[in-house]
Amino acid sequence: MAKSTFVYVTYIRTTPERLWSALTDDAEFMKQYWFGVHCESEWKAGSRWQMLYPDGTVVDSGQIVEAEPPRRLVIRWRNQWNPELNAEGDSLCTMELEPNGGAVKLSITHTIEREASKLITAVSGGWPKILSNLKSLVETGSIALQSYEAGKTSRPTENAA
Amino acid sequence: MAEQRDTDALFKALADPSRRKLLDLLHADDGRTLNDLCEHLDMSRQGVTQHLDVLEAANLVATMRRGREKLHFLNPVPLQQVYERWIAKFEKPRLAALAELKQKLEKANG
Repeated sequence: MAKSTFVYVTYIRTTPERLWSALTDDAEFMKQYWFGVHCESEWKAGSRWQMLYPDGTVVDSGQIVEAEPPRRLVIRWRNQWNPELNAEGDSLCTMELEPNGGAVKLSITHTIEREASKLITAVSGGWPKILSNLKSLVETGSIALQSYEAGKTSRPTENAA
Repeated sequence: MAEQRDTDALFKALADPSRRKLLDLLHADDGRTLNDLCEHLDMSRQGVTQHLDVLEAANLVATMRRGREKLHFLNPVPLQQVYERWIAKFEKPRLAALAELKQKLEKANG
């Protein structure tokens, strides 16, 4: 079947353990670089996964497919906020962390089994901002973009990322 | 400084028309093979490979293996950092000035 795939790579000067925590259970840290959004899960294969807005609205939800801390995380991911994106069904988000010199190479692959996916287009607007913010926050202690709007795309569909 | 080296590699990678064309090709259609990309450039296969290596070293292109094929993807993360570092920051005072102008004019009207 045809696929829509996007790949995002960033090198962050930190340890795989710290980065793993920033991407999973450190909700307060996540809110700082993910424009107020955080995730809830037990972060084990088979556990439920949810991404929530500050007011508690569920943006995306799904299940942890694979979890090998601090190396590899696979999430079955479905939008719950926008009916059109929800209708596209499940996408798969793979996060891989590889030590690389004094840094960690973080590769995020987001795919869905359909052509010209609106969900994938939506997350493509979000991921670069989120990863860029994450890198700044981990490396320097402050974020580059204070608000999602600073990046000039409409909220919050892209925030589905 | 490591960050300096990353930035140098990024701007050097962008300072070449063939490499910018490769980025445009990947933007139009992501996940391409070397063969596919070669068809669009009037250059030897080896030349295209070298350009792709420079783009990959600057993290502008990410590669993924699928079976025996190597697929090339545009990685927009470093460009987002360029946007934040070189555009958004300089745009802010002007946006603030426009907002102030709007406020003053609207006040004058009312």
